[in-house]
Amino acid sequence: MNKNSKGLQRAMTAPFTVWMAIFIIIPIALVLFYAFTDANGSFTFSNILSIWEYRSTYIVSIELAFVATVICLLLAYPLAYSISRMKARHQQTMVLLVMLPMWMNFLIRTYAWMTILEDTGLINTLVKGFLSLFGYEFEGFAMINTNGAIILGMVYNFLPYMILPIYTVLTKIDHSVIEAARDLGANGLHVFTKVLLPQSVPGIISGITMVFVPAVSTFIISKLLGGGMTYLIGDIIENYFLGNTGEVNYNVGAALSLVLMVLILISMGIMNRFDKDAETSGGGLF
Amino acid sequence: MANNIIDLKKISVAFDGEQILKDMDLTIEDKEFLTLLGPSGCGKTTTLRIIAGFLQPDSGDVIFDGKLINGVPAHKRQVNTIFQRYALFTHLNVFENIAFGLRIQKKKEQEIKETVTEMLSLVNLKGFETRDINTLSGGQQQRVAIARALAVKPRVLLLDEPLGALDLKLRKDMQNELKNIQQRLGITFIYVTHDQEEALSMSDKIVVMNNGVIQQIGTPIDIYNEPENAFVADFIGESNIVDGIMKEDFVCKFSGATFKCLDKGFEKNEPVDVVVRPEDVDVVPIEQGMLKGKVTSVTFKGVHFEIIVDIGGFKWMIQSTDEQFVGDNIGLYIEPDAIHIMKKSEYSGLYGDFSSFSEEFDELSDVNAGTEDADDE
Repeated sequence: MNKNSKGLQRAMTAPFTVWMAIFIIIPIALVLFYAFTDANGSFTFSNILSIWEYRSTYIVSIELAFVATVICLLLAYPLAYSISRMKARHQQTMVLLVMLPMWMNFLIRTYAWMTILEDTGLINTLVKGFLSLFGYEFEGFAMINTNGAIILGMVYNFLPYMILPIYTVLTKIDHSVIEAARDLGANGLHVFTKVLLPQSVPGIISGITMVFVPAVSTFIISKLLGGGMTYLIGDIIENYFLGNTGEVNYNVGAALSLVLMVLILISMGIMNRFDKDAETSGGGLF
Repeated sequence: MANNIIDLKKISVAFDGEQILKDMDLTIEDKEFLTLLGPSGCGKTTTLRIIAGFLQPDSGDVIFDGKLINGVPAHKRQVNTIFQRYALFTHLNVFENIAFGLRIQKKKEQEIKETVTEMLSLVNLKGFETRDINTLSGGQQQRVAIARALAVKPRVLLLDEPLGALDLKLRKDMQNELKNIQQRLGITFIYVTHDQEEALSMSDKIVVMNNGVIQQIGTPIDIYNEPENAFVADFIGESNIVDGIMKEDFVCKFSGATFKCLDKGFEKNEPVDVVVRPEDVDVVPIEQGMLKGKVTSVTFKGVHFEIIVDIGGFKWMIQSTDEQFVGDNIGLYIEPDAIHIMKKSEYSGLYGDFSSFSEEFDELSDVNAGTEDADDE
């Protein structure tokens, strides 16, 4: 490559480099700065140490995100598999249907779930109306403001992010590999456990990452569908920055964010190790 | 009869209303190297997939070792397949690929290790056990695929254009090696190819197919020397195919001259197709020629010259080690045993004239062959 095209390349990456500096590097530096300083701007560990009192919130956040991720995986894999086995034309339609909700605003979709799950919402109104026909009085299901509703919101919102990467790796698996396994005596279960599943590990890993990371840090879903009954770590961070329910404290907020970020990085590191293992034994599909 | 391993009876298959195989009957003997040869779309791969159990015929029976196996799924058949694109398990190393079938059979670790080692030495890949599939060359991957299929000790090995993605030199080596492996193990190989040279040099028996119908079954020598119809004559090697008349037994007439030949059993004055291979025609001084014509093109091919001669408007191809020159009038001499007479068929008149033959045309088809190979990789 000659000097000119190198210069051109640099010029082409310049806009993004500037963007990255302003909106990624500087904010992270600010988070680090606030996390390790007090209100007067002098260095302290007290913010980080104060986070110990929020340990149960971290645990709840991770728990809910974990359950949502597992449910997403269990729903997504069979669906992604059946889509990948369809005729090309039907595959396109199905992928479109999977992506369709993503084209609508996240907030609006979550609000829609509120009106469905509320005590006076769609489901309860229908069930109550139906039962009253037979003269039954029914108080209605308590659905909104539960952990179940939060998990539902997470699964609903993040499911496409699990389906698409898994679908992508599954379509890349050469069908003759499956035939080869059958040819060598593998029944349906063997084909799945010994060929399909190991070969789709990279897709599963990216699906898990793409669902778990936003789920563990969400605050909108827990706010709208959890109704403030369950505080997730995202809600606490929001409060410290916006002061909705208490004092504004950028320092503790930044420390909470930092710890969350580190936790996410650690879990992604563990995930990537799985991926690496698969790659060194030849599972890398990308 | 006792040693027939596979019998296909009246097999018919159609995809989307298009008939792929029509009432196909085929008997495959145990321990033979049988090649299904034909152009793409002739039904050869479909035949293989029916034997493997990946495809159920619309009608007809598949009989394996005397037993009807129509509904038996692929994983319960004693046949294994070598796929065109190898279809190796990229998440497993070489050892585990070869051990795959053995692990499913729940063989003992010691036995698995012995078999894999034996298979690796069979395909000349000793010491490759822990290698990652993605680091292997095409030829090495093909060897792993062969070892993987043979490790489960199949009665029949099915090979679907296994050498299509390899370069010419490697392909020749692998042809010899496959033939050796087949003879050493003494199992049946069913080999699918569109490469007539490959078929001729490897097979005990060749089945020439076109449009879902078997055109001819025979040894390579029979197929080459005694083609059943114009399609076979043209598909296997180069052929001059001209209209002729069988005057009586051992006497035929074509291109305006009368020839002695070795064929008999035709009606008196029956119209026939006459095949003469380019290498069987001798160039002689014009006054001694049984046929006379004008040279229209000469191409040096290394071993011989390829000479196109216009005889009464029909272009003949002749291969000769003596150079001729464009525009010369030459005589041609044909021995009786160089003439092969075929019954008229649906293919009569479609093949065997070299008037459309030109260097440019040759190159074009070479280019196409080249891109086809590239697609396979």
